[in-house]
Amino acid sequence: MSVYVTLAFTSLALGAVYFLAASGLSLIYGLMDVLNLAHGMFMTIGAYAGWDLAAHLPTTWPGSWIFVIEVAASIVGGALAAGITEIVLIRPLYGRPLSQILVTIGLDLAVVALLLGGFGSSSLTLPVPLWLIEATRSGNLILPHADFVAIGAGIVVLVVLEWFLRRTRYGITIRAGVENREMVRALGIDVGRAFTLVFVIGGAMAGLAGLLYTVVFSGDLVSPLQGDSLLIFALIVVVIGGLGSIRGSAVAALLVAVVQDFTNYYLGTHSGLAEIGNLSVVLLLALVLEWRPRGLFGRTS
Amino acid sequence: MKVPRLGLIIGACAAVLAALLPFIGLHVPWILPGAVDVVNSPGTLGVLALCFIFGGVALGYDVMFGYTGLLSLGVVMHFATGVYVFDIALTHWNWPLTSALVLTFVVTLVMAVVLGAIALRVSGIAFSMVTLAFAQAVYYLVQDNPHGLTGGDQGLAMSSSRLPTFLSGAVSNTRNLYWIALGFLALTSVVVWIVTESATGHVFVAIRDNERRVEVLGLRPFGFKLVAYTISSLIAAGGGVVYILLIGTAVPSAVASITLTLSVVIMVVLGGAASRWGAVTGGIVYIYLQQYLVKVAAEPTFASLPAFLRVPLSQPQFLLGAIFVLFVIFVPGGLAGALARSRFRLSARRARREVSAP
Repeated sequence: MSVYVTLAFTSLALGAVYFLAASGLSLIYGLMDVLNLAHGMFMTIGAYAGWDLAAHLPTTWPGSWIFVIEVAASIVGGALAAGITEIVLIRPLYGRPLSQILVTIGLDLAVVALLLGGFGSSSLTLPVPLWLIEATRSGNLILPHADFVAIGAGIVVLVVLEWFLRRTRYGITIRAGVENREMVRALGIDVGRAFTLVFVIGGAMAGLAGLLYTVVFSGDLVSPLQGDSLLIFALIVVVIGGLGSIRGSAVAALLVAVVQDFTNYYLGTHSGLAEIGNLSVVLLLALVLEWRPRGLFGRTS
Repeated sequence: MKVPRLGLIIGACAAVLAALLPFIGLHVPWILPGAVDVVNSPGTLGVLALCFIFGGVALGYDVMFGYTGLLSLGVVMHFATGVYVFDIALTHWNWPLTSALVLTFVVTLVMAVVLGAIALRVSGIAFSMVTLAFAQAVYYLVQDNPHGLTGGDQGLAMSSSRLPTFLSGAVSNTRNLYWIALGFLALTSVVVWIVTESATGHVFVAIRDNERRVEVLGLRPFGFKLVAYTISSLIAAGGGVVYILLIGTAVPSAVASITLTLSVVIMVVLGGAASRWGAVTGGIVYIYLQQYLVKVAAEPTFASLPAFLRVPLSQPQFLLGAIFVLFVIFVPGGLAGALARSRFRLSARRARREVSAP
């Protein structure tokens, strides 16, 4: 029994990270029709921002402080990268959706190469407080503390994002823009500002996702290619959940994480099946598409 | 439709010139990517062969992307299939060359039809995402090293024991491999030319421009899209076979990663989507620059540059990504688009002169 609880708990943490990575992608697509392939780069930048800032802090500071600063740095780093990307590269290409996608491809390649050149290809270790590495145990039940942080962050972001999108003026503009961009523009509302805002929000969540992924799943290691592999799962979550749907992303993130973790647990230990969890996720994607080409929460137009 | 005769003649001349290149022992400073500044040195011929391979792969991808309007982000899985199936058949199962080739293309055909049919259930951006996910699944599979077949991260070196003698042995046969790569590019060019000039090719373009209209005309776009997808995939697999013959080792990060997929997209867009010579030129220029920039970064004078210049300039992928971003913003249509615009401007100027001075 406790094995299931432990597995469900880690799945929940993985799902939270996937949700953070995917929801921004989904919002950006929903509002702007831009498949943002630089989203993985935002995640990587978040993780590196956390690492770089922590490396400049005095080591005598308490670990928890440093971790809080790392988290803040990842959010700000991701948001900044995304905001600059939108203003400098996406904005000149409004009305050319294919070019916007292509620009994010070039940007992703360029920035990953720059990180490789600047920080080297080997992984860097993110300093984290001791309590984050430990786990609460009782009998066979193991609940890693890092997972608590990820789940907490996922829930907070989901609640704040829902509140923002439903209750604030900007949020309502964004939701209206996802539904019908032309109508919002016709009503005289500046959609361009909403575009930048969506990018900044998505980038902030992506940066946080990058850092949490480092802490929860890659043993506190930061590497230039981590964002691109996380991006694949974020894309799968977005397609399964339905493009443009936040709730769809949340449900799909959990579904993908549960399928991945449980397959890994039961089959991943066999020889030659180390990647079976990842493969099962792609299979899940194929099945969902056969059954519901618009995803679980996708609108039928 | 007007047949571009001039293009055909130029293409044929370029092919003949390229075929004669291994006989030209010219010393050319600066511009060659190999270690030795001689045109027919194995280093230079090897790089040019790689250029031809990706020129062909880019051209094949253009059938799907430029002509049919399908932004697949999964080309690399079919390239990797070509590389690995061929390599495994030769190395692990000790198959003769022709059987290995047949197996490679049968596997590619089945994979392309099945995965293409699933991915084409969705359109637009979702199609891109799904193909990307499939390609990543292939990457995981290869990295996983099932039954020790693919060698995982370590890669799988190809055994040349069953290859004819003119192909085995590395450096001395570079010239033969160069011709094979050139032959692959020439064959691909002919195939793509025939396909895009055919009635089917015109339906591809019609689907890209207005899929609904094609439906209204009573044609099923799905079947045509699947054909375009399959043609691109088979060409990519062919490129994979020539690649493994040339390079001799299959490593997942080099032949199956997203980076390679994105590079192929970049090649086509740089050269000009929906332009045959544009795609080929894009592929050749991209690989050439990639190899050449590595050589430049290794120059001793380079090390004396300050870090903020040296670090970005020593990463070819950074420079290529940056050039690409600038191209997308400032040169829509790529090289082919730029040429078409300058031609248009020239003829417009000529027309104006004729009007003003009758």
